[in-house]
Amino acid sequence: MLIIKNLHATVDGKEILKGINLELKPGEVHAIMGPNGSGKSTLASVISGNEDYIITKGEILFDDNDLSELDAEERAHLGVFLSFQYPVEIPGVTVTNFIKTAINSSRKATGKEDLPAAEMLKKIREKAKLLDINSKFLSRSLNEGFSGGEKKRNEIFQMAMLEPKLSILDETDSGLDIDALKIVANGVNKLRDKENGFLVITHYQRLLEYIIPDYVHVLFEGKIVKSGSKELANKLEEKGYDWIKKEIV
Amino acid sequence: MELKDKLISSFMAFEEKLDLNSDVHNIRSKSFNYFEKNGFPTKKDEAWKYTSLEKLLKNDYRIFPKKVISIELRDVKKYFLYDLDTYKIVFIDGIYSPFLSDTTHDGLDVCLLSAALSKPKYKKVIKKYFNKIALKNDSLTSLNTSFTKEGAYIFIPKTVVSEKPIQIIHFSTGKQGKMLLQPRNLIVVEENAQVQIIERHQSLKSFQILTNSVTEIFSNKASHVDYYKIQNDYEDSSIIDNTYISQDKDSNVKVHTFSLGGKLIRNNLNFFQNGENIESTMKGITIIGDRQHVDHYTLVHHSKPNCNSFQEYKGIFSDRSVGVFNGKILVDKIAQKTNAFQQNNNILIDDNATINTKPQLEIFADDVKCSHGCTIGQLDNSALFYLRSRGIPKKEAKALLTYAFANNVLESVQIPELKNRINSLIAKKIGVNLGHDL
Repeated sequence: MLIIKNLHATVDGKEILKGINLELKPGEVHAIMGPNGSGKSTLASVISGNEDYIITKGEILFDDNDLSELDAEERAHLGVFLSFQYPVEIPGVTVTNFIKTAINSSRKATGKEDLPAAEMLKKIREKAKLLDINSKFLSRSLNEGFSGGEKKRNEIFQMAMLEPKLSILDETDSGLDIDALKIVANGVNKLRDKENGFLVITHYQRLLEYIIPDYVHVLFEGKIVKSGSKELANKLEEKGYDWIKKEIV
Repeated sequence: MELKDKLISSFMAFEEKLDLNSDVHNIRSKSFNYFEKNGFPTKKDEAWKYTSLEKLLKNDYRIFPKKVISIELRDVKKYFLYDLDTYKIVFIDGIYSPFLSDTTHDGLDVCLLSAALSKPKYKKVIKKYFNKIALKNDSLTSLNTSFTKEGAYIFIPKTVVSEKPIQIIHFSTGKQGKMLLQPRNLIVVEENAQVQIIERHQSLKSFQILTNSVTEIFSNKASHVDYYKIQNDYEDSSIIDNTYISQDKDSNVKVHTFSLGGKLIRNNLNFFQNGENIESTMKGITIIGDRQHVDHYTLVHHSKPNCNSFQEYKGIFSDRSVGVFNGKILVDKIAQKTNAFQQNNNILIDDNATINTKPQLEIFADDVKCSHGCTIGQLDNSALFYLRSRGIPKKEAKALLTYAFANNVLESVQIPELKNRINSLIAKKIGVNLGHDL
């Protein structure tokens, strides 16, 4: 589904990604771990089409489409979703209206009619329940005055509504207490199936106790320096990133 | 003939029809002398540095309407807040339209200034209030004063709360050529009284019209005035709005200005605080494009202790449009514990759009809180990316962010029907079509 080959990317002229290789097949969950500044969030931004980042070498293929040729919204229409580390506040636009706009934009782009209002409402209720979100929350302005936990839950709610093929979770666990973490992880797990894939980006192993990955990759100075099973995450938790750094040297 | 010369001869003709011995006429003559001496403001005047009237003044305007023109309600219904029960004072090319109006003398006066100026029973009020706060050393205000003839007269007596909002609407038809309109409004709100007023100037087609309007508002002790100005006119319509507000202690006045269309708009909004515990609020949303020009020139004069003023103006400028914001806050030495807040935030959509913003603070008291700030920016790229990553195309995403930027100024609008109307005007202007309620 997602194939990344020798990906190099820069931001403000500075090279952050220095040759990433990764393949993610339908149904798989890959975790990307690494110390601060290793390029984890850059990878998420580059895959989802943030124009601040420039691909200088290599390619990203998604279901045989060359993503680097596409705008962020076109990638979304293909089924790429990014759960943001820092979601943006949009006063005056409610959570409900925002998600309606997003869903119908994607439908329009793929030649479909707007989702009928009754179906939309049913779907919103169903997914809101999954993430323990109440109707009062849905009528608030998007992310405005939301707590860290509410923002992340709202991200996963949007993911549940948009039903992407590839979901990238960028530090979704940061700023969450254990209860919120469980709700979010539970939401993600319910959305896992053999058709879609997840790229879970995290600094800590904690989230991976709830969202069990098939593979764990360690990103360091813009490269994947080690890949393995879930055990690798445990080892990192135990020994810290210094162990990896030493191994590379 | 130069416009000024035309005005001079017009004034002489105008005088012939008036009672020259009245007090009001003395005021007119004095004002005209001031205008004659000083003429129109030019870019050399500091207050008009960024706004030039030169081109507008080259037009050969008709000074007095030639005839009475009637219009059908169905043709102009959309310009009213028709889903709301209101009093209405409606003018067509400067002449009162009884057919479109809904005035009253039942417990409060919602009627015409021409009536108030001529009938003996209003004499006391006119003497006490007329031209008392309009600036004497302002050319355009003086010009309006000298030609004072018609406009809205609103008098809310002690403790009366007007159950219905009042709409003042000036239509211009374009059927009598280019036109200079000079409406004059007098609004007196007595102790503990309350009123909501919506003012709109609307052309019915695109033609050269210049409105030079003066409104005096007297908000007496503990009264509340909620005033809304809708400026969403055709591309050849220009307006200079001079509004003067005098507030007594414990009063609360809010003015919202929605500048969404027109050729040149200049809003001179002046607040004079004359007592303690006064609240003055000015809010504005400006959304323009093409070569449109909107200039907000505000003044708040804090002359007594323990008063607040709050200003929030937002502007969105595209194409080659120009915005100006000049906010003057004057705090007298005696006005301790003043809280004055001023904020002007702008988004420039296109590289050729311009905004000139200037806070002007003159503070002579030492125990005050005054803050001011202005921002000029483009839309936030990370916000744009957030929306696009959800599948919302760039153009719609930009519109949605622009809408969100402007939207929160509407929170303080007290009339839900008006809020909805402005909301949809803004959404339409920006090009947000969410296809459902926002």
